[in-house]
Amino acid sequence: MRQMTGARMVVQALKDQGVEVVFGYPGGAVLPIYDEIFQQNDIQHILVRHEQGAVHMAEGYARSTGKPGVALVTSGPGATNAVTGLTDALMDSIPLIVISGQVPTFMIGTDGFQEADTVGITRPCTKMNWLVKDTAKLAETMHQAFHVATHGRPGPVLIDIPKDVQFATADYTPREAAKVSHYQPRVRGDEALIAKLVDLIETAERPVFYTGGGVINSGRTASVLLRDLVAETDFPITSTLMGLGSYPASGKNWLGMLGMHGLYEANLAMHGCDVMINIGARFDDRITGRIKDFSPHSKKAHIDIDPSSINKVVRVDVGIVGDVTLVLEEVLRQWRARGSKTNRAALPKWWAQITEWRAVKCLTYKNSSTVIKPQYALERLEALTKGMDRYITTEVGQHQMWAAQFLGFEDPHRWMTSGGLGTMGYGLPASIGVQVAHPDALVINVAGEASWLMNMQEMGTAMQFRAPVKQFILNNERLGMVRQWQELLHGERYSSSWSEALPDFVKLAEAFGCKGIRIDDPADLDEAIKEMLAYNGPVIFDCRVEKHENCFPMIPSGKPHNEMLLGDADTQGVIGSKGAVLV
Amino acid sequence: MSALNIKKGSTSHSAYELRDPNGDVIESHTLAVVVDNESGVLARVIGLFSGRGYNIDSLTVAEVDHEGHLSRITVVTRGTPPVIAQIKAQLDRLVPVHEVHDLTAEGPSVQRELALFKVSGKGEARIEALRLAEIFRANVVDSTLESFVFEMTGTPEKIDAFADLMRPLGLREIARTGVAALSRGA
Repeated sequence: MRQMTGARMVVQALKDQGVEVVFGYPGGAVLPIYDEIFQQNDIQHILVRHEQGAVHMAEGYARSTGKPGVALVTSGPGATNAVTGLTDALMDSIPLIVISGQVPTFMIGTDGFQEADTVGITRPCTKMNWLVKDTAKLAETMHQAFHVATHGRPGPVLIDIPKDVQFATADYTPREAAKVSHYQPRVRGDEALIAKLVDLIETAERPVFYTGGGVINSGRTASVLLRDLVAETDFPITSTLMGLGSYPASGKNWLGMLGMHGLYEANLAMHGCDVMINIGARFDDRITGRIKDFSPHSKKAHIDIDPSSINKVVRVDVGIVGDVTLVLEEVLRQWRARGSKTNRAALPKWWAQITEWRAVKCLTYKNSSTVIKPQYALERLEALTKGMDRYITTEVGQHQMWAAQFLGFEDPHRWMTSGGLGTMGYGLPASIGVQVAHPDALVINVAGEASWLMNMQEMGTAMQFRAPVKQFILNNERLGMVRQWQELLHGERYSSSWSEALPDFVKLAEAFGCKGIRIDDPADLDEAIKEMLAYNGPVIFDCRVEKHENCFPMIPSGKPHNEMLLGDADTQGVIGSKGAVLV
Repeated sequence: MSALNIKKGSTSHSAYELRDPNGDVIESHTLAVVVDNESGVLARVIGLFSGRGYNIDSLTVAEVDHEGHLSRITVVTRGTPPVIAQIKAQLDRLVPVHEVHDLTAEGPSVQRELALFKVSGKGEARIEALRLAEIFRANVVDSTLESFVFEMTGTPEKIDAFADLMRPLGLREIARTGVAALSRGA
């Protein structure tokens, strides 16, 4: 075994784990590790402008590649700034390894400079974390951290390393020699339960596949198997925000996204189905609406790698714990072996019903020749980037929902958005993380101006590392989703939901050294988008849109799927006082 | 659940085996959780309870396997059947957790708690305290002319009962260990 310092072990373990990029920010407690990074060329370090940015970049990197993302931060404020990103990754099941520096072991507990109880603070927002007090255990802990982050339901882990542990020397434990953690979650589904699911597939009259981020996390094969299953059964399929792309938006069985701002046909199919097959989704409250009235007449099957997801909020009839890829393989094997049967008498009627719902054209909006509608801006963005090697990230709010509605995703790993935590400020750093992983691809962050400002300092990172990310800002000078809720729920009293002192985004772009484009005339939109796409470098695209546009369809909080609002009908008083308590 | 699903060797609470898994009756369950004996693991388990709004009625923890570096946490919690199932699943998915057993649901179990009682008094009350202690098989582990410290092992209910009797006789302080529990049989 090789002797080396703790700091060198960190870099060596990252190399052994195949890490190519680390997003980070130096500080006193991680200087030895930065010194090691300086003396090698295998791992690229991306210097961020704020540690939250580092973690979101690592998330963007992870979501767009399927590999774990790595961030490196210093002690105290470095670690506390990472907390939002860790929580975001935990909610959306993104594999991350965050390494934080800590004051030396002999100073822990003395309220030393830049000391924080990092493992204490991050315990509830990590899948697992470790404070490594002995250099001899550091390398093994690093290898275990990668194992834990990427096995079972993926998630963020954190390793807190005191500075004296980084300086001390010990034997390096190579990856192969590291003790495998006892953590070996179940990945193979129970065959008898899968047989019950096949029964449901064979007999369903009104089936629907309801898929989520678990399909994407399971790997590319899962999407292939899902597409096979949909094609062979000819069942309709919808997906959560997190699962977009696992089934292609151009596929003929695609109903569009479901949920609070999901499509009419998707939500009514969920409400009216007799068999619901949940694959890697978790019955989030954005999906279910009022639980009591959620899909009241269906038998429900649920495939999830996390046993605690099953029966957590919705009781299911068939709960299968396992990895989506392995479970779908077995579903297909059993179903094909039994003759690939479906209820062919009933399905056409179900499709006829869905066709009626589709005819409602729930995404219709009133376009304008004088002002850019946000929906129109996204329709044009979609049309002008279709077929390109394109990755989309978003911030959080109305623009995020419109992006999910109006952009089509043909493949997994192409859509990066903060779903569970709803983190404003996610999109810009995430877009940089994606671009670092895919230097030649087109990476667009669909943003609202308010979210975008939350982490705009990362434009400096984009410039320094030549990441030509396109910041497509739908600027309504409002906190659009907050304003929409105030309109619907709080008597149009727009409490603190607008900004009067926004920066001039074009001048801001100039200040960062990149390109700025401002546009407010729908007639100029196409040319402006083409200009953005043609520019070889980061662009801040300030698209001035309709200020009081509402995002529809919408299932008001506390309502079931079949009480969806479609457009600008009279929306006053539609949400009762009970619903107003919900968010 | 049909009556045919009753498990062999059900507990004295075997009526629970007939319970509706979606029921809304609050039940008390004793869980045994085997975890890595490492710093922060107990905090992670307790944080799960506080973070998700579950109850802890009693909690004990100690290392039970020095070589294997394993500790056993015994936790008594309350909730409806779906909540208990969720608590078990949430505990089970924690990385440092090796095993979770719902001793209440899995069959008969033995539950014991140790308690110390300080009772002070003179005259008749003091004699009565000593007499009751004998009946409850409590040991005197400290004695002065004006006080006793009794030590008793038993179920939590027995300890509660003894405490109720001692209160009018001069009960000053109680220290309880919390429940330790094992399943019955091999």
